[in-house]
Amino acid sequence: MKKLLIGNAAVAQGAYEADVKVVASYPGTPSTEITETIVKYENIYVEWSPNEKVAAEVAIGASIAGARSMSCMKHVGLNVMADPIFTASYTGVNGGLVLCVADDPGMHSSQNEQDSRHYAKASKIMMFEPSDSAECKEFTKQAFALSEQFDTPVFIRLSTRISHSQGLVEICEPEKIKNYEYEKNIAKYVMMPAGARRRHIVVEDRMRKISEYTENCPFNTVEDNNTEIGVIASGTSYMYSKEALGDRVSYLKLGIAYPMPANLIKNFCAKYKKVFVIEELDPFTEEYVRTLGITNIIGKEAFSLLGEYTPSMIKSAVFGESESEHITIDEQIPMRPPVMCPGCPHRGAFYVLKKLGLVVSGDIGCYTLGAVAPLLSVDTTICMGASIGAAHGMAKARGAEFNKKLVSVIGDSTFMHSGITGLVDIVYNKGNNTVIILDNSITGMTGHQDNPTTGYTIRGEETRQVNLVKLCEAIGVDHVVVADPFDLKGFEKVVTEEINREEPSVIIAQRPCALLKKVKYTGHCKIDTEKCRKCKKCMQLGCPAISYNGKEIKIDTNQCNGCGLCINICPFDAIVKED
Amino acid sequence: MSNTKNIMIVGVGGQGTLLASRIIGNLVIGEGYDVKVSEVHGMSQRGGSVVTYVKYGEKVYSPIIDLGEADIILAFEKLEAYRYLPYLKKGGKIIVNNQEIDPMPVIIGTAKYPLNIIEKIAQKADIIEVDAITKAQELGNIKVVNVILIGLLAKSTDIPYEKWTNTIKSTVPAKFLEVNLKAFDVGYNL
Repeated sequence: MKKLLIGNAAVAQGAYEADVKVVASYPGTPSTEITETIVKYENIYVEWSPNEKVAAEVAIGASIAGARSMSCMKHVGLNVMADPIFTASYTGVNGGLVLCVADDPGMHSSQNEQDSRHYAKASKIMMFEPSDSAECKEFTKQAFALSEQFDTPVFIRLSTRISHSQGLVEICEPEKIKNYEYEKNIAKYVMMPAGARRRHIVVEDRMRKISEYTENCPFNTVEDNNTEIGVIASGTSYMYSKEALGDRVSYLKLGIAYPMPANLIKNFCAKYKKVFVIEELDPFTEEYVRTLGITNIIGKEAFSLLGEYTPSMIKSAVFGESESEHITIDEQIPMRPPVMCPGCPHRGAFYVLKKLGLVVSGDIGCYTLGAVAPLLSVDTTICMGASIGAAHGMAKARGAEFNKKLVSVIGDSTFMHSGITGLVDIVYNKGNNTVIILDNSITGMTGHQDNPTTGYTIRGEETRQVNLVKLCEAIGVDHVVVADPFDLKGFEKVVTEEINREEPSVIIAQRPCALLKKVKYTGHCKIDTEKCRKCKKCMQLGCPAISYNGKEIKIDTNQCNGCGLCINICPFDAIVKED
Repeated sequence: MSNTKNIMIVGVGGQGTLLASRIIGNLVIGEGYDVKVSEVHGMSQRGGSVVTYVKYGEKVYSPIIDLGEADIILAFEKLEAYRYLPYLKKGGKIIVNNQEIDPMPVIIGTAKYPLNIIEKIAQKADIIEVDAITKAQELGNIKVVNVILIGLLAKSTDIPYEKWTNTIKSTVPAKFLEVNLKAFDVGYNL
């Protein structure tokens, strides 16, 4: 039977068919749906871990204990996971261990555009790169087997277009794999210097063997079309090339992005006059090909280091043919950047922070949109958890007066992920920052995943809930205040008090995401045109439902969910609720 | 370029473009085609401009559609129809729900919502305009805007009526089925 699956769901199906037993991940676009899909299969232990490092450690532990295990993340999640993974490369595995990383060329939903293939080389872990959903399933399945065959973790590299494109996938019955026996093996699993030195020898030997394997494996394939031009490509770039160039060129498709097959590449390049290496982001393959002494290749001199490619871009670079004839528009079309949803609890918080003119050290989540006009509140966004450490650094650099105009904002899930240690740093090193935890009771941007503060597991089972107030108090913060960001006056008062305090404080801005099922706003807000003086104060909230057409302010009832924040802000009581 | 049928569905995050692309995708596999459907998740979903691609044919390679390559564009919102118009193939058809949603730059006054979009598109391409919101309100359920537009799209493809309604029957929960089938008919018979 064939089913239409996004690449992420196909990876999940592959893991299921390979009889994976343990999956631990942290959500991150574009990787989230892998883990969300796996949880729908029976007899697999699946969890959202607090962060990617913990997730990897859970998967490594499960592998050492003898089970096939997996961890999935977005590209920047791999940075968080890097520490355990580099050493897991040395220990090798017991049950197969697969690490699935989804890059985001074009940055649809990310803060950088890093190319994860560098990690494969740096950590000496082989990496698959599927080019559609069918390969996502098949490669994942094979990755478990190869992980055990070569005693190594195995990466699968996806990208947004692979992860989020549906394609046809053959659905098969799962294999039945018994867990491997657990045996104590200090030389293999305890990485002290003496043992690690011996394991490094094993790693280098393994890489030689895997390189040999890639010379003649079913994942690296040549399609000779009797042409003058050859193309070396993987993943999306391969599919775009096939679409754009058809059988006018010959192909070397690398299903394994690392390590690469030296002889296969040499033989391929020798057959054609010119060989284009087509790869989004960095010249990872190209640089390797050049180290082989091959000179008839064209790579980044013809292609961009930035963003996503398209078939027409490739056609133009290889054959100099322009894109299809198309309609042009001769006026400026307004951009439509993402915005906070109507009813978003963060809107109240950022309105107040902007009003107070504070420097806001920001973080990763829906609330990063607090940097967008008209709120323009957020000053910095670096990575998960950075808001707190960065604010501490700012305060230490600029002193007490500056600190009275400074807060950090971080979501509940992000605080669990990597904000806690930042807060520990503030307390330990005598900072007195104010940290605002924007607690919307869910991991929002990635599409509503539970986390340790929500009280539910990935399966929706009730569990012990991390109590944010007690946690912050236990770290040593004496002033922890819970406040509602929609009570604009009350919230402003709390923020003003806490930033002026000469010791660390935490404000927990508590109001659930408006898109959660349990949140039931009703009716719509409406402008009373008699009372409205068009002061446009309500428009400072940046609510997408409120607009001004040059004559009057309007609230779009199709968008308004009746949250009522605008009612709180109107100085003339000109906004009313309507059922 | 490979010989595929290319459909683009464009709109504003939250309008339900994803569901429409999934229904169409599942429908065409029943017809024995190779299919790719490209979706948008994550940040751009939050009220941003969203585009999904559905491609089907004997063999589909690239999941994305280039400029000038779409046979049909189904637009849930006027400005988005205008934005993606350059993707329409010569002789292609654009179906536009005439809803107007101001983007933030328009709301805060740094940009203007272009005037007479429907007329401007009509000068350059074959356009079908529909007021799906009013039609949905007449059916008593604003949420069926989606399915009305799918009905309109269905008529522009060569896939038979029953195949569409069967797919809707298998994807929509029973208690909403009747109104959804009615909505499909409204679109189909426009």
